[in-house]
Amino acid sequence: MGQAIAVADHGHDEHHHHHKETFVTKYIFSQDHKMIAKQYLITGLIMGAIGILMSILMRMQLANPGEPSVVFSALLGKWAPEGVMDPSIYLALVTIHGTIMVFFVLTAGLSGTFSNFLIPLQIGARDMASGFLNMVSYWLFFVSSVIMLSSLFVEMGPAAAGWTIYPPLSALPEAMPNSGMGMTLWLVSMAIFIASSLLGSLNYVVTVINLRTKGMSMTRLPLTIWAFFVTAIIGIVSFPVLLSAALMLIMDRSFGTSFFLSDIYLKGEVLANQGGSPVLFEHLFWFLGHPEVYIVLLPALGITSEIIATNSRKPIFGYRAMVASILAIAFLSTIVWGHHMFVSGMNPFLGSVFTFTTLLIAIPSAVKAFNYITTLWKGNLQMNPAMLFSIGLVSTFITGGLTGIILGDSTLDINVHDTYFVVAHFHLVMGISALYGLFAGVYHWFPKMFNRMMNKNLGYVHFWLTAIGAYGVFFPMHFVGMAGLPRRYYENTNFPYFDDLLDTNKLITYFAIATAFAQLFFVYNFVKSIFYGKKAPANPWKSNTLEWTTGDKHIHGNWDGPIPHVYRWAYDYSKLNDNDEYVIPGQDYAPQHIPLQDGEEELNH
Amino acid sequence: MTAFLIILIAALLVISIWQISKIVSLGKAPEPDTEMAEVANDQDNKRNGQGMLIFVIAMYIMMIACFIAYQDFFLPDAGSAHGAEYDNLLLLTTVIIMIVQVLTQGLLHYFSYKYHGKKGQRALFYADNDRLEFIWTAIPVVVLAGLILWGLFSWNDIMDASTDEDPLLVEVYAYQFGWRIRYSGADNILGDANVRFIDGESGNLLGIDPTDSDGMDDKVTNLAIHLPVDRPVLFKFRSQDVLHSAYMPHFRAQMNVVPGMVTQFKFTPTVTSEDYRSTEFMTEKVRKINEIRRQRSEELVANGDVGLDPYEFEYYLLCNKICGASHYNMQIPIIVESQEDYQEWLDSQKTFEETLASTEN
Repeated sequence: MGQAIAVADHGHDEHHHHHKETFVTKYIFSQDHKMIAKQYLITGLIMGAIGILMSILMRMQLANPGEPSVVFSALLGKWAPEGVMDPSIYLALVTIHGTIMVFFVLTAGLSGTFSNFLIPLQIGARDMASGFLNMVSYWLFFVSSVIMLSSLFVEMGPAAAGWTIYPPLSALPEAMPNSGMGMTLWLVSMAIFIASSLLGSLNYVVTVINLRTKGMSMTRLPLTIWAFFVTAIIGIVSFPVLLSAALMLIMDRSFGTSFFLSDIYLKGEVLANQGGSPVLFEHLFWFLGHPEVYIVLLPALGITSEIIATNSRKPIFGYRAMVASILAIAFLSTIVWGHHMFVSGMNPFLGSVFTFTTLLIAIPSAVKAFNYITTLWKGNLQMNPAMLFSIGLVSTFITGGLTGIILGDSTLDINVHDTYFVVAHFHLVMGISALYGLFAGVYHWFPKMFNRMMNKNLGYVHFWLTAIGAYGVFFPMHFVGMAGLPRRYYENTNFPYFDDLLDTNKLITYFAIATAFAQLFFVYNFVKSIFYGKKAPANPWKSNTLEWTTGDKHIHGNWDGPIPHVYRWAYDYSKLNDNDEYVIPGQDYAPQHIPLQDGEEELNH
Repeated sequence: MTAFLIILIAALLVISIWQISKIVSLGKAPEPDTEMAEVANDQDNKRNGQGMLIFVIAMYIMMIACFIAYQDFFLPDAGSAHGAEYDNLLLLTTVIIMIVQVLTQGLLHYFSYKYHGKKGQRALFYADNDRLEFIWTAIPVVVLAGLILWGLFSWNDIMDASTDEDPLLVEVYAYQFGWRIRYSGADNILGDANVRFIDGESGNLLGIDPTDSDGMDDKVTNLAIHLPVDRPVLFKFRSQDVLHSAYMPHFRAQMNVVPGMVTQFKFTPTVTSEDYRSTEFMTEKVRKINEIRRQRSEELVANGDVGLDPYEFEYYLLCNKICGASHYNMQIPIIVESQEDYQEWLDSQKTFEETLASTEN
């Protein structure tokens, strides 16, 4: 049945090809998934630059606590009187950095870009199921980005209650001035963002289910598509819960309800609110918040699976195990949220349950890591920048993931909860890993997006500097956390016990600044290559997936002629026939649209 | 140690710059300007494969250096009864994850080096192997099952807030930005309390119910938490405004402080502040910190600022949940002392009844 719809759609699209497109319909209100993907990418990268800049400001404060800097007075204005950063703006930076990086860069910028770009191209569809909703999704994202950034300029400062916006701090402007207009804008922005994310996710799910080309069974889908598909499902399941939490918080803030507030005395007055519980908010928040980690990470893992297989010239090892792992991670991710709340005051018995489910999730994660490593084994590794970032991702995913075993254990969490150990852990396992996934994706699919190649040498420089810098920042940070230094401290000079951590904090800051500057290689390469890059060959990485069969014309509808049919899975790299020859003589890959050759068997994967 | 680290970093930077300059110079080498020019060639594969090998070796060195240079960052032996159990579990877990880390990073980067692409090299078509998949599913299952079991037993012990062993009841009360401590007095019962009873004029800052006779002998302080050694303490936490978290790292204890509910945590302090201060680890650590403070103090005085006082270790409780602008400085010292000293101190404190009486006059 899915096929029938797909066919009907194609017929419909053919008529549109010859319509004249204006600048507005082509570049601004475009309904072409490829253009929308690029819009997501560029918006995401701009937000990323802002988020990284914020982290540098924080690091500068931590390296030289309370010391004036011209950078602060230039960028923070009244929030840095005489160049000294104000403690409340520090918390605002923490908050907005977290929000921007998690939602705007790694959710929208990563999943939004590559789900949009790759789903139709890799499953063999002319476009998303609904181009219009797709366009609306992007523009809602754009509006929410603008609102989030505009909150930086309000009188009392942007939201500063942490990206987790736990009430009552986030609910009461009396507790912190930033919880006034700044928090209102944060909530409005996020509500719109959630709407955008849901429209996008529903579209991805419907497209993957209904618009696969002939022969593209679910078990022949590239792992990228599996990852995007499952990510979209997790998003649909969990984002509405955040929306409900946000709505309840808006009610508490503005309409006098008491979902999260009870027994509060502030500024000499007892508030009327009675009967609510901040712990309820924590549950609702983390019911999204934890799956969110996988919403960020799974697309990166999907992208890596594809890139590692292609560049190893080998099939991905354990395709079915990889799919099963994605599904297991997705399922488990919705029942582990309590591990953020071991010491929240919830019943300790719940802590036991969440420890159990949390450590379970390490198993599919470990399977994925081992499968990546085995895919490299006896390969013929083509060290393109995308491949380097993919290997880097596996490395940071392991390093960051392993410390999760400490944090996910309720007992051990007691003493490292909310310390820099947590900061180091999640930055490596989801921040850096997902960013590597984003970079890998950009380097790999840039030729498809812009018909030009990125400069590989700049890519190498970018990778190596980033790889060294990322470990330089986050490995020592574990030890700072082990010393018991809490996160979100404006400075730790009020505790002489932490005085000997200052050198390490400086070291981390130097690495952070160097790593941030290294990203300029990427920015330069990206912008320059769009306009002046070498023209890309049709299939530069000799890849099997369908997106490389479209030719270099960028048309709405993707394929000029009929949509190719699919005869095999996406991973027939270096497959041999009985005569010990490649199945297609002279080339070590057999793209998905090539029928099985004489005497070739489709191996049952 | 810091010097060693700096040298190490300098070395790493030199290596990376050297590698980068090589890469860049290779980029300049005359290359056939084909359409595949921006796709990795054998040279690139080789260089970057070698890079992977160098990277993992540097990573091993960095890990070792961190563990050596930062060994005194780790918290010293716990000052609480359950702390030893905690530390053992942490040590075992750390050893396990470091073994896995070394093995997997080694394989990952070594394979990246060993199988770097060459013209004519054939990759092995190797799509799956159920036995391998089984092995690396089963091993994590077994290891994690062990860790989970141990962890859960410890967790149940630590979170057991029963009053069987006649614990001392202490209320830790949080507000923006400080802590107040309420002792349950002679009856060892904390009187009822609610923010609605807060009355600054009568000195009732914690909202103790003035009609509850249990609360009359309660004692409140905001200077320090005094605890007798070797007696279980059951902490009851309350907050008057926003979320806070009471973090006592040297006792391996932490619990969020939630407005509208009472949370709890029980532990037994086993080492007095005096003894803890004079451990070899702590004397050395404090000596180092004071050296740093002395140097900084000299700089400050030279600039006409006030110098820093030398540091003496005292256990502390600090806020560990973002709570507002002064979150970073919301602390209170904890003094663990002998039963006699504790009693002497407690006797010197005013009861709630006395506080009320004194403000009425």
